[in-house]
Order: sequence, then structure tokens, then C-alpha cells
Amino acid sequence: MLFRQFGALAAAGAITAALAVPAAAQTYFRGSDGDPETLDQHKTSTVVEANLLRDLYEGLVVYDSKAQIIPGVAESWEVSEDGLVYTFTLRQDAKWSNGDPVTAGDFVYSLKRIQNPETAAKYASILYPIKNAEAINSGEAEVDTLGVKAVDDYTLEITLEQPTPYFVELLQHQTALPVHPASVEEHGTDFVQPENMVSNGAYTLESFVPNDKIVLVKNDAFREADQVQIARVEVLPFEDRATCVRRFEANEVHSCSDLPGEQIERLKETLGDKVHIAPYLGVYYYGINTKKEHLSDPNVRQALSMVIDREFLADEIFSGTMVPAYSWVPPGIGNYTEDAPQFEYADMSMLDREDEALRLMEEAGYGPDNPLKIEISYNTSENHKNAATAIADMWATLGVETTFNVRDASAHYAMLRDEKVHDVARAGWIGDYSDPQNFLFLNESHNTGFNYGNYENPEYDALMDKAAAETDLAARAEILAEAEAVFLRDVPQIPLLYYSSRSLVSDKLQGWEDNIQNAHATRWMSIVE
Amino acid sequence: MLSYALKRLLGAVPTLFFIITAAFFLMRVAPGGPFDQERTLEPSVMANLNATFGLDEPLHVQYWMYLKNLAQGDMGPSFVYRDFKVHELLGSGLPVSIQLGLSALVLAFVVGAMLGCIAALRQNSWVDYLVISVATFGITVPNFVVAPVLALIFAIWLNLLPAGGWENWSLQHMLLPVVTLALPQVAVIARLIRGAMIEALRSDHVRTARAYGLPTRRIVVYHALRAASLPAVTYLGPAAAALLTGSIVVEQIFGIPGIGRYFVQGALNRDYTLVMGTVIIVAVFVVLFNLLVDLAYAALDPRVRYD
Repeated sequence: MLFRQFGALAAAGAITAALAVPAAAQTYFRGSDGDPETLDQHKTSTVVEANLLRDLYEGLVVYDSKAQIIPGVAESWEVSEDGLVYTFTLRQDAKWSNGDPVTAGDFVYSLKRIQNPETAAKYASILYPIKNAEAINSGEAEVDTLGVKAVDDYTLEITLEQPTPYFVELLQHQTALPVHPASVEEHGTDFVQPENMVSNGAYTLESFVPNDKIVLVKNDAFREADQVQIARVEVLPFEDRATCVRRFEANEVHSCSDLPGEQIERLKETLGDKVHIAPYLGVYYYGINTKKEHLSDPNVRQALSMVIDREFLADEIFSGTMVPAYSWVPPGIGNYTEDAPQFEYADMSMLDREDEALRLMEEAGYGPDNPLKIEISYNTSENHKNAATAIADMWATLGVETTFNVRDASAHYAMLRDEKVHDVARAGWIGDYSDPQNFLFLNESHNTGFNYGNYENPEYDALMDKAAAETDLAARAEILAEAEAVFLRDVPQIPLLYYSSRSLVSDKLQGWEDNIQNAHATRWMSIVE
Repeated sequence: MLSYALKRLLGAVPTLFFIITAAFFLMRVAPGGPFDQERTLEPSVMANLNATFGLDEPLHVQYWMYLKNLAQGDMGPSFVYRDFKVHELLGSGLPVSIQLGLSALVLAFVVGAMLGCIAALRQNSWVDYLVISVATFGITVPNFVVAPVLALIFAIWLNLLPAGGWENWSLQHMLLPVVTLALPQVAVIARLIRGAMIEALRSDHVRTARAYGLPTRRIVVYHALRAASLPAVTYLGPAAAALLTGSIVVEQIFGIPGIGRYFVQGALNRDYTLVMGTVIIVAVFVVLFNLLVDLAYAALDPRVRYD
């Protein structure tokens, strides 16, 4: 009996049947990298959460399908002469899923909530450009002193601490999404539960079973609901990338948000243009502890950087899913110069680079009798291990003796933050907004959290301060480029590779545009059978 | 027998207390905390988080608070999955893990016992060699190989079963993961039963039964198998505790929402409360199943009595 039932089910193929429903009730089976840690936009910090919240809520501004900023709830905005006051005019037809209008007061409530220390928002710091935000979050000022004001229901005024040219770009980040104040007041932290959540995006939350799936359904109250084609999204978490690939090959999911590195070659052969590899706003690098005596000489660091064959790392270790990096700020970023600085040896042959590096090492007093000893710290991962082994091999041509120290991610990053006992440490950075400042600030001397090179250069800090005060975008870009040139001269951290996003996208899924933010809101997509 | 069971359960309380205490402090010895991640947090943000979760208190105060809450049945909030409490995460995953593990256990015992009996009855024949070869294969090939291969054949090539996902009690979603989980257990049980069965068939009471002219089937099932299943039952206690608390490999490969992943992820994320929750569940299951094994002994072996 059971087996007869199973046979019938298998023949029908429950999931295939679901995929074949008429276009009027499209369901998008979306592979995701894992479960969100939270769906509270004020506690969020991960990319998985950004992707979900992008479908659930609409901010003042949003990304279009190519990740270009377009108006969202804000229809237009003006910036004061001094670059400090932003006045947003809100659309009158923006509604919450329960029918309430989306007002300027909702944004005031939300921006205050994320800075309130009681919220314990992981990523509150991204909105520190707003006046008094940092003081409030540190408990040094009252929440009501935040520089946000509802002039009327549809006019929002935000005052900044200092001019921030990328501020509008910041507002598309998921931390700047509004919450529905009445729901938060009524349900407290449980406002994110499916039965309580009121959202203002193209979708609402129907259910969330941890480790199983998150179901979103189209929000009929959304102001552009008539243009939203996919009626239902089932977001499936895949800790194991290979599992998503298998389900993609069995036609059970329409897209996968990441691919296992070791399968890339095979997938390119068998799936062709369903494999999407696109530049991504991120850099993979090695921080060199400049406070350690044997690594304090910039020439030694330069030699170490020079001799690394980045093409080998990109093609062989990462199967062509990473791009060789010869600068700190990834190409394609906004608000930057056309001819951004890069290492001068970017175009030299590996042989010439090795000769030059050997010369630098000799000058610094290192040689066969006095080898440089370095410990590479990295967090557990097959790829990081392979990269470190390859780099140790490349350094061996300089007579460097390399050892390894492997920790799991928590221990690795706790060490980098607190003890900073590393010689060389692996790290990566994915930009939150498309602006060079978001990469260059990692090396400011007061940025103890991220400055893994322990870099302390007043010249660099001064340039960063100068750029922060400059309101003219072109002039600011020049100053930031100058700062990057100083950084590349001193190499306190060695940029190795730029990240790429890698996805599988079914032919049935239309409207997926590869972009540098790897942002793909479901509202821009549709499914054809 | 009831008083024996109660005594055993009562005796488990200090054991559990010891395990909880050891786990609590061992977890804190590991470097790093739940909020150490690729993105280092601002000191002010870190301070807010630590205050929210009580991590700014001295360790012994945290321990006392944890015990106090636990005594009231509260395992606390997850440090990483902030929309959920630990009991919610475990509560949604445990039934799935049990459903999967129990199915695998039953399948493994039935098939394993059958194969073991057949092999024992046809000792040193080709049937016996075949069963032993298959059993050795089942033990040696790890489930992270079996699972993707099954998915490849049945989902991608033949398109008969889903490659992953979960619906409660949906046979087509359960089949591949249950078989994957059961396979190595089938092998172990078949070998255990075969060995014990060969011995039992030579024992005095079976010979007596034969002499009485009882039918072979009755001798095998009622007399020999009963004695021969003792080693398998001993093995099944801890095996059941392990199977029912989920398998990270099988759950990840088939995308099953059980609790297996929380053991590894909880530890890697330093999600202290979640790790404590998983430790408690495993400890309780081990205690319970060891008790069940001992009770099963009394039922199977007339020489064992608990008074």
C-alpha cells in the first residue's frame, strides 16, 4: 500500500508538479547559503539576511536589478549645501502589508530603534554617519537626540555628523529598512514571527521553519504589486553547497547562491551559461603584523607581496572564481577615480618579480643563512588551507620558512581583535556600500577592530580625514586614491584576490542580472515554463 | 522492575548535573565568543550584546543563572539565531531527527536480523559470504559517499525521488536518507546476529527443541533468535541514542531540518546555550536507552532479573 502510494507520488513528482504550476501562481524555489541569524532588520549582519529582507521590506532607496540605487519609499530627496542635511519626500502610496501608510515617523522610529543600546544591534555602526548615532549607541546620549526628524508624514529630514557622500547608498543597506512601529510595540522581539510580521516590501513572511525553509508570499498591499510576477518564494537554506547543486540538477530549485569550488569546472561543462560568475565587491587578503619586528620593514612586506603568483591562486586554487588583486579597493566600485592605483609590479613577469623580491630581501639582511620565519594564521577552510600552502611555497623561493596556525573562525577573529599575536593572518572583506571609503577605512590606525596590519601611519590617517571632509566627489576620489597609493607603498596588508559571486540560475528564471553587489530582489524576476 | 527503573532514573540526575557543569565550563574555555565573526564588531556594539545576553557577568554568576533557568525548563535564547529560543530550535528539529532515526533503526534491525539469521543458517555457503561481503561494504563505505551517490542515481538520473528536502512522513522524502542512515547499522547488526545465532544454534536448549521435533522456523524465531539478539540489543542502546539525535552528514546532504547540524554549528558559532541544549538532549537519550537495553535484557534473557 505504502509502496503503491510512493510509486504514484514519484511518478507525479510533487516538486516537479509545483514547478509546473501556471504562470499566474509562480513559485520561486530559491537556494540560500544558510539560515538567517535573525529577520530583525536592526539585529542583522549577514548577506543571507540582506537577501531576505530585501524582499520583505522597502527602504527609502532600493537596488534595481543591476544594483543601481533607485527611489524606494522616498520618491525624491535633496541635500543641503553643506552636505549635512538630507530631506526625503516619501511616496503617499507606500503601504504596510496591513494597509497602514508608510510614514516619515516610521523611519524616525526605526532609525532610533537600531541605535538604542537595548536593541543590541550588531551592525548599528554602519549608520554612525547620522548625527549623534554613535553617542546614543554607546549610551552617552539620549535616543531622542538622534539627527532624524519627521517634518510631516511624508517628509523625513536626516542630519549627519559630517558630510558623507555615500550616505544614500548606505540607506539601501538592510539596517536602514523600516519596522512597523505598532507591531514592534505590541509584540516586542517577536514582531519577526510570521504570525506577527507586518512588512512593506513586495513580499510578506508566511512561515519560517529553521533549517527547512522560509516561505514568502506576494504582498498585495505593496505599491507596485501589479508588477510583481512571482507569487511565492520558498527560500531553502544550504549549508552544504553541493546539496543545492544536486537539487538544481534534479530541477528542484531555480537558483543556488553559491557553488562548491571543486565542482566549478564540471558545472561549467555540464550546465554552461547557467553558471554565473560575476565580479563581487570584496577583497581576500593577508594582514601583516607591522608591529612585529621582523615584519616592520616595508621592503620585506613588499617582497612578500611581489612574489605571490595571484594568477595561480585565482585559477588553480579557486578554479577561476576569484580575480587576481593588485590593489586594495576592488575595481568597479562607485565614487572612485578612473585610474585607481595598483602595485607597480602588476604587469611584471613572475620571474622579474622574483628577482626584485630577492634583491629586497637581501638588502634587508635575509638570505640562506638568515631565513625569515613567518607563521600564517587562517581560519579552518579547505580553500584557505590550499591558498596558504601555495603562498608558503611561493615564499620559499625567498628562503622564507613558513609555519601555519589554524583556528576555527571564532577563535581566529577573536585573536585578531584582542591579542593580535599573528605574523600574517588571512581575512576577507565584502563591501557594505559601493564606496572606496568602505575598504580604505579598514587600515586607519584607530580602527582597531579591522586593522589587521596594525598599521599606524599619520600620513594615511590624515588623507582619510581630508577625504571625509571633502564634499566634492571628484576631489574626494583623488584624495582617497592618494591614500590607497600610500597603503600600497607600505603594504601593511597584502591584497591577494577580489571575490566573485558564483550562482546557478535556471533558464526558467528570468530577470536575474549579474551585478557587483550580488543583489537580486525577487520583485525584478519572473518564471517561465 | 518499575522500582528498578525509577531508581536508575533518579541515579541519572547527578550524572546529568555533572555533564551540564562540565559542558558549561569546557565551552567557555574555547577561545572566541558567539559574537566573534569575520566582521569584528565595534566595542560599543559588543558591550550592548554582552549586556543583552548576560555575558558581562562573572562566569559563576552566568552558570548559576543558567542552572536556575534550566530548572524552570528554560534553556535560554540562542546567541546566534536571535529570533529563536533554544527550546524552539530543538523542538522544531528533534521530531524530525527522531522520525528519521527511528525509521532507520527499525529498518536496520529488521533487515539486519533477517540477513544475520539467513547467513547463520546457511553458514559458509555463498549466501553467507554474500551477506558478510555486503555487511563489510556497508560498514566501510561512509555515509557522505553513500548519500550523494543515492541522490545522483535516484534523483538526478532516474528522477524517481527528490534529491533533498523534507515533508513530515512523506515516504519519498524519507527513503534515501533512511536507507543511508540504516545501511551501516544493517551491516553491524547482521554481523552481530550471525555470530550470536551460530552459537545459539549449537546451544543445548536449541538442540533440545530440535529433539522435540519442533518446526525449524519456530526454533529459529522463538528460541535461537531470542538469545542471539542480546549482543545486537546491547549495541542498539548507544546506536539508537546517536541515530535519534540526528546526523549532521545526512541532514546536510539531504537538506533535512533535524538537530544534527546544531552540534557542529553550535560549537563553531560558540552558541553557548544551543550547545548546552544539544549536550543535554544527547545525555538524556544515552541514559534512557541504556536503561531500555537493561530492561530488554530482562525480557529476553530469563536469567536476568531486576528486583
